[in-house]
Amino acid sequence: MPTPYDEMWEKLNLDLTAHEGLLQVLGKFYGDIYLTQEGRLKGMEYLDFVLSEVHGLRIKELQEARAQGRKVIGTFCVFVPEELVLAADAVCVGLCAGAEIGKEAAEKILPRNTCALIKSFVGFKLSRLCPYIESCDLVVGETTCDGKKKAYEIFAEYAPVHVMEIPQMKQACDRELWRAELRRFQTRVEEVTGQEITAARLKEAIKLVNQRRRVLQRLNRLRAAVPTPISGRDVLLINQVSFYDDPVRFTAKIGELCDELEKRVKAGEGVTPPGTPRLMLSGCPMAVPNWKLPYIVESAGAVIVGEESCIGTRNIRDLVDEGGETLEEMLEALVDRYMRIDCACFTPNQERLQNIVAMAKELEVKGVIHFALNFCQPYAMEAFKVGRALEDAGLPMLGIETDYSLEDVEQLKTRVEAFLEMVR
Amino acid sequence: MVTAASPLVAGMDIGSRSIELVLLQDGQVVHWDLLPTTFDPLGQCRSLLARVRAARIVATGYGRKLLLENLDNPEVTAITEIQAYALGARRLFPEVRTILDIGGQDTKAIALTSDGKVAKFEMNDRCAAGTGKFLEFMAVALQVDLEKFGDFALQAERRIQISSMCTVFAESEATGLMARGESPANIALGLHLAIIARTAAMLHRVGVKPPLLFAGGVAHNPCIKSLLAESLGAAVLVPEQPDLVGALGAALYGQKLVAPE
Ligand code: SF4
Ligand code: SF4
Repeated sequence: MPTPYDEMWEKLNLDLTAHEGLLQVLGKFYGDIYLTQEGRLKGMEYLDFVLSEVHGLRIKELQEARAQGRKVIGTFCVFVPEELVLAADAVCVGLCAGAEIGKEAAEKILPRNTCALIKSFVGFKLSRLCPYIESCDLVVGETTCDGKKKAYEIFAEYAPVHVMEIPQMKQACDRELWRAELRRFQTRVEEVTGQEITAARLKEAIKLVNQRRRVLQRLNRLRAAVPTPISGRDVLLINQVSFYDDPVRFTAKIGELCDELEKRVKAGEGVTPPGTPRLMLSGCPMAVPNWKLPYIVESAGAVIVGEESCIGTRNIRDLVDEGGETLEEMLEALVDRYMRIDCACFTPNQERLQNIVAMAKELEVKGVIHFALNFCQPYAMEAFKVGRALEDAGLPMLGIETDYSLEDVEQLKTRVEAFLEMVR
Repeated sequence: MVTAASPLVAGMDIGSRSIELVLLQDGQVVHWDLLPTTFDPLGQCRSLLARVRAARIVATGYGRKLLLENLDNPEVTAITEIQAYALGARRLFPEVRTILDIGGQDTKAIALTSDGKVAKFEMNDRCAAGTGKFLEFMAVALQVDLEKFGDFALQAERRIQISSMCTVFAESEATGLMARGESPANIALGLHLAIIARTAAMLHRVGVKPPLLFAGGVAHNPCIKSLLAESLGAAVLVPEQPDLVGALGAALYGQKLVAPE
């Protein structure tokens, strides 16, 4: 079917046939998982629209920005400071991929036992399926897990890549390293964009990103109400969209959605019947369109009220201090903020355990579902400690390891349902 | 005779190999039956049900949704195998704290609290290693009847190690051993030991508290039973009809629905 975007996609050198297949799968998935929900907020229409235009209008905006001389920088990890990208007047897009479609292409060059997220972004690139990747003037990688680290070496053969070295511990010397890495990134961004990152611009950027974090924090506070006023799936979607939508518009739209939510909470209205068990997700990021587990969980009669993940609280919990005036001070504030991220790539990672337990208690959940992608060592291994910490706090955990394929859906359903029977 | 007033409650466990039916009235088993699953599980369920008049059905097992979606009358409820086994096991042995179920396609380890609630469970992933399917495959490879495979393995003279857990690799390992002149009974024992290694690991993840109940089709296998007891250093209880535990549990759940205490 011809679309008004065919020409643009062709210019971006997408594989048009395969790409159409991807959009069809995405549309079908979205219809089944999202549009079948009852009692959705009016404000979700914006998200429906954004998602239906995910490879259309938003990509067009990126092309328009590029035509005006602005650059597009893609990232894969919440460690990459978006503030520096925005301060150079570039557009920042999250490239994490949650679809299985490029898997075959990826497995030609990656070992089979690579996590689905890595296979997905490499597969997207190799099969020319992702207009975001194709719009990037620079792709930023990081040395988080080994899989990503090595994948970027291969990726660099296909696209301009800058890799940031992420510390693995949180000692004074690690802060030093991270500060130096921020500097090096700043220089690279300045080179790519031809824009100088000044104190005034960085200050603006810090405020802008904080505002987006604040609105998402507000969303999380509101959704915690009993009865639950918005499905976990919808909140996940909002978090996913936050990675590639225009930050100013997104913040405004989600602000409106929160106003609507607030009214709903005041009126005591919910989307689930009273007594619906509240659960929390924890673990690996769930990138669009990886809605598999939330869908299974919510279809089984539970509701998700929190996502302890990079597409969730790990990305929005901490703000950057806005008090800095000089570039120095602001960089220091960025170092502080980003070193607080509790990704499983760190050792030891006690903060994450504490954060999970605190969050589960605060949200008064009946249990936690830990999600690790197959072959993701950091999260799969940490799941053991998470389970123990939760057990000590008197909370049950269900550990799930899966990927983007649908072949294990029935088994997952049994596990999730049994977990629900257990916690009810 | 039973009075007309007490409703009959059916529990059905729709597994990958067989479908079991248990009928309760006033909390007592009044009838049971089983059929192979075949390619028409729904048809098989209907034939089982055609012989009885249940006022209520509780379905469990991997095909539980099948009944839920296709049968309007009588009312159907679905529960997972985990809960069904927990209920069934406690009925048979009220003290049970740990359940191991090895069925046709999956293996489950369940830890119960002292009052019989599910405290923790583990299930095998998508692979058939360590399940009844594994034994079935290997029995065929060694040309022994599945029903006699356990007794056959018990005739072994020595323990050899089969290191593959994967059904396909284990088969080629077994063939290799045969080619080298290892006796089929010894190989059979090695294959049984491989299942025990995997199962014990799963049990230890949920924590093994005695008494332990061993259920599911594979519990008929005397070799697995004795190796399990040996590996865990604890007694292993096997009910008279180990394949009926799930259906019994489902029926007990139904009993609570029609006559809440
Ligand atoms: S999970 Fe870790 S590596 Fe992945 S995006 Fe988050 S911080 Fe980065
Ligand atoms: S999910 Fe795990 S293995 Fe995959 S990229 Fe993230 S940290 Fe690495």
